[in-house]
Amino acid sequence: MGGRAGERGKPHTPPSPPPLSLTLESELRSSRPRKGGGNDTEPSASSADTPTVVVAKQNNALQIYALDDLAARSGLEIGLPLANARAICPELTVFDADPVADAKTLGDIADWCDRFTPLVALDPPHGLYLDITGCAHLFGGERALLQTLCGALTRRGFVVSADIAGTSVCARTMTRHASGKIIADGEEADAVGPLPVSALGADSAITSGLRRAGLKTIGDVAARARHEITARFGAGFTTLLEHALGQGDAPISPRKPLPDYIVEKRFPEPVATDTVIAMNLSALAGMLVSAMDKQGKGARRLEASFFRTDGAVRTITVDTGRPVTKPVVIDRLFRERLDALNDPLDPGFGFDLIRLSASRTEIVVQQQRDLDANVHDNDELAALIDRIAARIGGKRVVVHLPQDTHIPERAVLAVSAQHHLAAATEAAWPDRIASEPPLRPLRLFERPEPINVPFASVPDGPPHQFTWRRVTHAVVRVEGPERIAMEWWKQNGEVLTRDYFRIEDAEGLRFWIYRDGLYEGELKSDAEGEPVLPKWFVHGLFA
Amino acid sequence: MTGARMSTLASLRGRIERIEAGADTHALHKVALGHAEADATLCGGLARAAVHEVFAEGHQGAAATGFIAGLAGRVTSRRPLVWVRQDFSEIESGALSMSGLAELGLDPRLLVTVRAADADAALRTAADALACDALGAVVLEVWGEPRQLDLVASRKLTLAAQASGVTALLLRLAATPQPSTAETRWIVRAAHSPPSAPWHAWGAPVFDAELVRNRHGPVGRWIMEWKCDECLFSEPAANPQPVAATPAHRPHQAAAATTLRRAG
Repeated sequence: MGGRAGERGKPHTPPSPPPLSLTLESELRSSRPRKGGGNDTEPSASSADTPTVVVAKQNNALQIYALDDLAARSGLEIGLPLANARAICPELTVFDADPVADAKTLGDIADWCDRFTPLVALDPPHGLYLDITGCAHLFGGERALLQTLCGALTRRGFVVSADIAGTSVCARTMTRHASGKIIADGEEADAVGPLPVSALGADSAITSGLRRAGLKTIGDVAARARHEITARFGAGFTTLLEHALGQGDAPISPRKPLPDYIVEKRFPEPVATDTVIAMNLSALAGMLVSAMDKQGKGARRLEASFFRTDGAVRTITVDTGRPVTKPVVIDRLFRERLDALNDPLDPGFGFDLIRLSASRTEIVVQQQRDLDANVHDNDELAALIDRIAARIGGKRVVVHLPQDTHIPERAVLAVSAQHHLAAATEAAWPDRIASEPPLRPLRLFERPEPINVPFASVPDGPPHQFTWRRVTHAVVRVEGPERIAMEWWKQNGEVLTRDYFRIEDAEGLRFWIYRDGLYEGELKSDAEGEPVLPKWFVHGLFA
Repeated sequence: MTGARMSTLASLRGRIERIEAGADTHALHKVALGHAEADATLCGGLARAAVHEVFAEGHQGAAATGFIAGLAGRVTSRRPLVWVRQDFSEIESGALSMSGLAELGLDPRLLVTVRAADADAALRTAADALACDALGAVVLEVWGEPRQLDLVASRKLTLAAQASGVTALLLRLAATPQPSTAETRWIVRAAHSPPSAPWHAWGAPVFDAELVRNRHGPVGRWIMEWKCDECLFSEPAANPQPVAATPAHRPHQAAAATTLRRAG
């Protein structure tokens, strides 16, 4: 199965196709302490007969944050202080809430939901939206998709409530009270009408205000004139109400941007061996390239997602310096990346879905081959850079651009070779002065290293000897000073002028050292009236 | 020794020579360094498509870098150069400066630097880069004596270099020479500037280069000077800075010469 995703529109309901929204409630079990392992799918540890609650500290008191059915039946409710709960129900099992783990679990479930649609949005703390426009038929229709999704999550021990509706707000409102409903277009108002106002999810002041006004259900509120509601509860609430009634919709914000091209392969029998995975990845690369080729595109960023049968999803991203149009290249890049992973791909019980997507693409400019192999060479270099970057990371392969500044450490900018190779090969470097010995050192320390200079012959002169890294060097030859003033217009605060000296010691080693600050003017006296001695640094080494 | 044994030995030697010649198809391509004695010892210069090692003590790092940059400048001939270095090496002896490289007469535009985290990654990357025949040379800069860089690794680099025709240059800082499959092995130290009045500043980079291994010839030790303008090595000049610059352009004299020739 493959092809472009994200086409909107469904044949049978032409005017406004219901972008499915789905909300998932998984409150209790996701908050439970984890039992080792990093799986998002914790099995439902049916802790037998004792009611279970999760507590969190709110307003300086431990209050119930989530609870299970048994606890609800004993008369506990969310927000009740733990002390009261214990009084009502002494044999309570209590867990601490862990919002970070909750958020991670929700993220993991969202990853898993990527198998249904690329547009998955988070609705924290417990909800997810899935835009299933144009995707439902791939899973046998909306009803079947809903069943598949709820069934899979329930089997993993989550309490799920999911609904499909034309607007996201309507679907979310429905999930607060019913699961498994599919609201057709235009029936939103009828569906949400009988629900209590709390289902809207407005803040508690509004909900209690509505109740006090005698408006118990959403239908009651909808029956009142809009301007009355707006005057009493604000425009935000009116908008929410209208969205819930299917009049207009708030857009959802998917977690990831929609990739330009997606191809995927589902396996009836999970695959686990490296060779089969690699083989399928190459086949997918071929499909992806043929899809891109039709529109003259090449991939700049590729993502391979491996969906494990137990729900874990691993996504591996590869960036390229220039648009890739060959399956062989894609194949090789992923092989490099997979080889170099610190935590290798763990198939567990196997992958049941492998997806390859091109999340960034570019139009490929076909280049005429030169008779000399120049273009070819550049292509090969770019391919090599891509391979190395896939292995050790794009930031570790750099080219250099000259900068227009006199400050030695800023004169060169190291930039990612993948993105700036062309700019670097055409950069204009300052010409060296012919028949002069090198003016700049071959090796430059990122931070100049302090050296110990006992005295200089004249105040602004070079030292006779200095100690660097616990070795004393006697100065034999000196050239300088070369005075480099700092860029005062860029920096705030006091910056000192540097006097650089090129120095050769008795052994023949050559250094580039500098004195930080001028005697006259920049180096002031300290509190006792003693003159401040300048600091000396070695900044580089000459060949 | 009997004649039969002699002839067996001779035939074995011949076979070994043929095997070696078969393996080194690129071995004929040599680049002259510019230093006459060294070139003579190396039978014409530095071999391309082979591995060359440069060793230096830790504090001689800059000199060794200059020497290897010179070698790279000789063998690349306007093709890209990949410089793979270890993070630790940069902390110890400073980062390779592009301004400094340009001052040596090399082109920073042709350089791609790979910042490998450790020796393992550096070695792997260098082997990858050596397989790419678009490159002129690959420099692998390693600090200390990592155990990954053994005879097997060195053999792999040699084979990769032979297959692609790319020259591999190993810069081994703070390491002592060990057996390897390198074509040549050098120990480099910084050398004094040529003797001159002490108020003269120093001139071009000077290296004390000791050739400690040469697979196809003798070894030696020379003082070499790197000429930044011509981009080659040479014997150290007697006077580091010319007393008076040679005139570049003298139109009136040239005109006189042509008149004379015409008249003659």
